[in-house]
Amino acid sequence: MRFAVRRTIFYLITAWAAVTINFLIPRLMPGDPVTALMGRMQGRIDSNAEQSIRVLFGLDTESSVWQQYVDYWGLLLRGDLGLSFTFFPTPVADIVQQALPWTVGLVGIATIIAFTLGTLVGTAIGWRRGTWADSLLPITTFFSAVPYFWLGLIAITVFSVTLGWFPSSGSYDRGLVPTWSWEFVGSVIYYGFLPALTVVLSSVAGWILGMRNMMVTVSSEDYVTVAHAKGLPERAVTVGYAARNAILPQVSSFALSLGFVVGGTLIMEMVFSYQGIGYTLFQAVNTQDYPLMQGCFLVITLAVLGANIIADFVYAALDPRTRQEG
Amino acid sequence: MTASTLHVPTAGPGAGDPVLEIENLSVDYGYTDDATHVLRDVSLTLHRGEVLGLAGESGCGKSTLAYAAMRLLPPPGLITSGSVHFTDRDGTRTDVLRQSDAELRASRWQDMSVVFQGAMNSLNPVFRIGRQIADGILAHRPRTTRKEALEQAAGLLEMVGINADRARDYPHQLSGGMRQRVMIAMALALDPQVLIMDEPTTALDVVMQRQIVEEIADLRERLGFSVVFITHDVSLLIEIADRIAIMYAGDVVEDARAQDVYRRPRHPYSSALLHSFPPLRGERRELTGIPGAPPDMQRMPPGCPFAPRCAHTTDVCREVRPALGPTALADRGEQEAARRVACHLHDAAAGRGGGSLPAGLAR
Ligand SMILES: Nc1ncnc2c1ncn2[C@@H]1O[C@H](COP(=O)(O)OP(=O)(O)OP(=O)(O)O)[C@@H](O)[C@H]1O
Ligand SMILES: [Mg+2]
Repeated sequence: MRFAVRRTIFYLITAWAAVTINFLIPRLMPGDPVTALMGRMQGRIDSNAEQSIRVLFGLDTESSVWQQYVDYWGLLLRGDLGLSFTFFPTPVADIVQQALPWTVGLVGIATIIAFTLGTLVGTAIGWRRGTWADSLLPITTFFSAVPYFWLGLIAITVFSVTLGWFPSSGSYDRGLVPTWSWEFVGSVIYYGFLPALTVVLSSVAGWILGMRNMMVTVSSEDYVTVAHAKGLPERAVTVGYAARNAILPQVSSFALSLGFVVGGTLIMEMVFSYQGIGYTLFQAVNTQDYPLMQGCFLVITLAVLGANIIADFVYAALDPRTRQEG
Repeated sequence: MTASTLHVPTAGPGAGDPVLEIENLSVDYGYTDDATHVLRDVSLTLHRGEVLGLAGESGCGKSTLAYAAMRLLPPPGLITSGSVHFTDRDGTRTDVLRQSDAELRASRWQDMSVVFQGAMNSLNPVFRIGRQIADGILAHRPRTTRKEALEQAAGLLEMVGINADRARDYPHQLSGGMRQRVMIAMALALDPQVLIMDEPTTALDVVMQRQIVEEIADLRERLGFSVVFITHDVSLLIEIADRIAIMYAGDVVEDARAQDVYRRPRHPYSSALLHSFPPLRGERRELTGIPGAPPDMQRMPPGCPFAPRCAHTTDVCREVRPALGPTALADRGEQEAARRVACHLHDAAAGRGGGSLPAGLAR
């Protein structure tokens, strides 16, 4: 159990550092975005909101940096990330909250599918190395080498524009009311299919290659030879001895890629105009919406951190050596 | 006979029936024409209840022979010719190289089990050791329950001197010597008839080596399996083996009773090998070592592979590869007649009572 405590402390410190950096960065930026904003909004910001923005941006020169830092934590803990400039006066927290499920849902599921599929295929190819299965490798390498935005554009050209099978942008039929109805869920799946497909296609190759190479490495380990010598059934050797060890590095990479689900989907969401966190960040950058950017960054940081926590514990569950005390 | 504390032969050489017969086995690494011929026509017979020592310099093909006999050669290893026969307790003789995959899997570990050279890495790092011993039992004895198998595993650990509680440990929690013992326990799980041990003690300190060797000797006496014991430590073999086969560059060059090899080597290489380590007891002798290095297996010269390093080389040695056959002194008696050696000196001296043999090889 000491392992869990140690890891928890480690992650708390990391989270604290991430938030603190997020607090410091706007204070290092030149200029005064708030005054600029005030000018743009021409008095439509009340003085309370202005104070809150100033605290978030470190522009309330009256109080000390320490006081600012304490206030900043206070706002964060209440879930107040300030107000968006672009969508004024919508709070940033609301915008992020709306965008996040779309990204996590679409890219998260696509990543899990790609990981599962890639690992299974990689196991099979790795175990039967030197057979026809190896000829699949160049195909997968091709898909991983193609730049993502190009793959996305090709998919849109072929399946949306030419064939008309799938919509080219958006996340659901705008004529529907977002509820948990079959119709709406069906529409979400229909709209999400093409983006998800491109994400899976572009990332599955990495999983296949990674798993195949690990399988080849692990297959020549002594303990796999021993498993053969013991006369264990082929399946038991493949799954329990070879794949069980080959998957360990895959799990670490999977954790990292889960972290990137939130941050790394910028291009996909841009190409498909998908209303996720990446698209939101894209808009925020375009319109110099600092509070929204800061909010997005915070969420992305925490997501990467969260994914790492999960990965750490999964890894510990899978590999007894990492659980070793001391 | 030198009093050996460890070695109590349950069956003298030749007294038992053959249990494992390797005949003219050849192994290549690589599939193309320029493959390395690592084993060439190796023949070796293990008798029931016997400890057969296999010695030779590093790289001479000892492990390859063990892997090939178990059909576990890693790619690109390939058996190109020869046969391996296993004789069961009831006398049925099976051709191991012609078994189907299913038959092979069913017979493995029950007939022949093995402790590999790299016992440090022979355990799956993510499973508890008890489970790893138990899964072999479960694979072959489907009627055993999981619980029974784990109990047996704990019993096996006790047998090799490891506390049964350690069955719940992971491999990384054990010391090197303990892992080695676990591997031995695992290899004995199904009461095999042949146990191949590839340098089971090389990575250990001398004290631990001795303990484990004693344990093996002890277990063999109780359980009655036959052992192929591979090592480059000839002095160890002289103590525990009934018979010793000396390998050189992919060939067995001498095959005789352990004491005979020790006291009366017939092959110049065996003699040189024995002079490269201090004698255990008895008269002191000069340590000489062996000049030169083993040949490159990829470019083997014709003729005897030992010729470039041999003190008695003649023209025929450089051209014709000697075959394993009787010694020139075969008429000295039954024991001598059972010896095998691969050397032209013996072919030349045959029928002349070994008169032309160098003194060191005609003791
Ligand atoms: N995969 C391989 N490809 C090519 N040659 C190989 C391969 N594996 C082993 N060899 C060669 O086969 C020969 C015999 O190797 P082997 O492992 O059987 O030696 P050994 O007698 O067990 O040596 P050691 O005492 O060091 O364990 C060596 O010359 C080695 O170079
Ligand atoms: Mg070896």
